[in-house]
Amino acid sequence: MSKQYKVVHCTINGKEVEQIVDVRASLTDMLRNDFRLTSVKKGCEVGECGACTVIIDGEGFNSCIYLAVWAEGKEIWTLEGLTGPGGELSDIQQAFIDEGAIQCGFCTPGFIMTSWEIVNSGKEYSDDELRKLLSGHLCRCTGYENIFRAVKKTMLRHLGKFEEAEKVNSQGIADYPEPMPFM
Amino acid sequence: MYDIKALYEAESVQDAIRLLQEHPEAQILAGGSDVLVQIREGRRAGVELVSIYMLDELRGVSIDEEENIRIGSLTSFSHITKDPIIQKYINVLGEAVDMVGGPQIRAIGTIGGNTCNGVTSADSASTLMAWDAIIELTGPEGVRRVPIKDFYIKAKVVDIRPAEIQTAILIPKESYDRCFGHYIKYSMRNALDIATTGCSVNVRLSDDKKTFERVRIGYGVAAPIPCRAYTAEAFLNGKEINDENIKKFAETVLEDINPRDSWRAGKALRQHISVVMAERALRESIRLAGGVVNE
Ligand SMILES: Cc1cc2nc3c(=O)[nH]c(=O)nc-3n(C[C@H](O)[C@H](O)[C@H](O)COP(=O)(O)OP(=O)(O)OC[C@H]3O[C@@H](n4cnc5c(N)ncnc54)[C@H](O)[C@@H]3O)c2cc1C
Ligand code: FES
Ligand code: FES
Repeated sequence: MSKQYKVVHCTINGKEVEQIVDVRASLTDMLRNDFRLTSVKKGCEVGECGACTVIIDGEGFNSCIYLAVWAEGKEIWTLEGLTGPGGELSDIQQAFIDEGAIQCGFCTPGFIMTSWEIVNSGKEYSDDELRKLLSGHLCRCTGYENIFRAVKKTMLRHLGKFEEAEKVNSQGIADYPEPMPFM
Repeated sequence: MYDIKALYEAESVQDAIRLLQEHPEAQILAGGSDVLVQIREGRRAGVELVSIYMLDELRGVSIDEEENIRIGSLTSFSHITKDPIIQKYINVLGEAVDMVGGPQIRAIGTIGGNTCNGVTSADSASTLMAWDAIIELTGPEGVRRVPIKDFYIKAKVVDIRPAEIQTAILIPKESYDRCFGHYIKYSMRNALDIATTGCSVNVRLSDDKKTFERVRIGYGVAAPIPCRAYTAEAFLNGKEINDENIKKFAETVLEDINPRDSWRAGKALRQHISVVMAERALRESIRLAGGVVNE
């Protein structure tokens, strides 16, 4: 079969775009190759690791198992869309740095996109709910606790709970009891 | 780039049927969380696809004129869980599909795909079996309805005729009225893991909440296709709610189920957990229905 192409219209990081795509392309392919949005990582490419996560119409999707042609009419956000006009980091990005939630950084853009959805939801999730919301991402470096803390602190700050956010300790738990003497 | 031979995008249900007739080799692509992954793995490489993903007419949950709950086949798991009709009448389905994969899989995966793949471990399947769901199929000859227990033929084979697509899943009023249910997924991890076994129970209690008016129990991975434990159900229907009856019910499921050894778990383990899950899911269903268990 000869190559098959299609024109796709969508909004990427707030900008309306039009692009000719190969129908065999995944959304990851389109975002990386046609738009140079290389924060969108190619990890497992089968929906298991979350490194390719982008926000589509307000919900996090794995762009590796999403056809580029399905982007028609959609509003898509990648990590590049979170920074300010001068490259200023958003609060969730800064929190990942401050909490040491990044080591090699491969999982980071995906994690931050899901975290962005969480902190902008206006909801206060319990620790268990937060863990479940983050469970679609794999990180082979950090051991997750620092990521969890970055997300929890930013969520609390978005809700105006600044004091509580500062209390989130190394376990990521706001009201964690003092460690037992024998621990 | 996916190894796809050709992609045909349907613009309506009728268009999808026409495309499937024109390209008899083509496979249906909904959310693609099975199909696209299998193309990557090489199992479905080089296929022709008819994509129905853009058909918004197949999305959403409503109550139809016959008072059935109507779930459009393309409704994603995350939207089922969030839906107020689901939460009000069949909350257990929202909870069950909230255990599929991880959040991003629940955003793309559809309930139609979860049933049409004919997979016994599908997290929606045991609940749909236990609530006697009706599968609506639309094809060249029009619309037909199949009870879900007949829809499953054998492992990975369902009753979809050439050029047909599944357009909705219906839960009849008789099935959801005054019913409360609970689903348990037993798996090694809490996220991104397929069920070792899944069990979905629902009950309708008498008005005084002392007896079981109707009990239904569905399983995934207790047989090659999702199944019910009818002998156990028949035992409990009309019986008093007490410990002894609950325990007897749970043990009786072994007469109906037929789990097998696989790399995930042995038959003996699956039998054991099936009994434990039956009891736990039943107790939780009784609690949700406002009943109490007499010692
Ligand atoms: C990382 C990962 C984790 C997963 N974890 C789970 C899990 O925990 N539990 C679980 O149950 N599943 C899981 N799945 C499997 C998958 O997400 C589900 O089976 C999903 O419901 C499939 O829906 P889909 O729309 O993506 O289907 P598709 O991949 O598009 O289609 C699946 C099959 O159904 C057919 N089909 C789809 N829709 C229709 C229709 N309307 N009419 C006729 N035929 C149709 C297709 O031809 C294909 O054969 C997981 C998948 C991934 C990638
Ligand atoms: S690259 Fe998409 S989930 Fe791993
Ligand atoms: S920082 Fe290396 S994978 Fe997460």
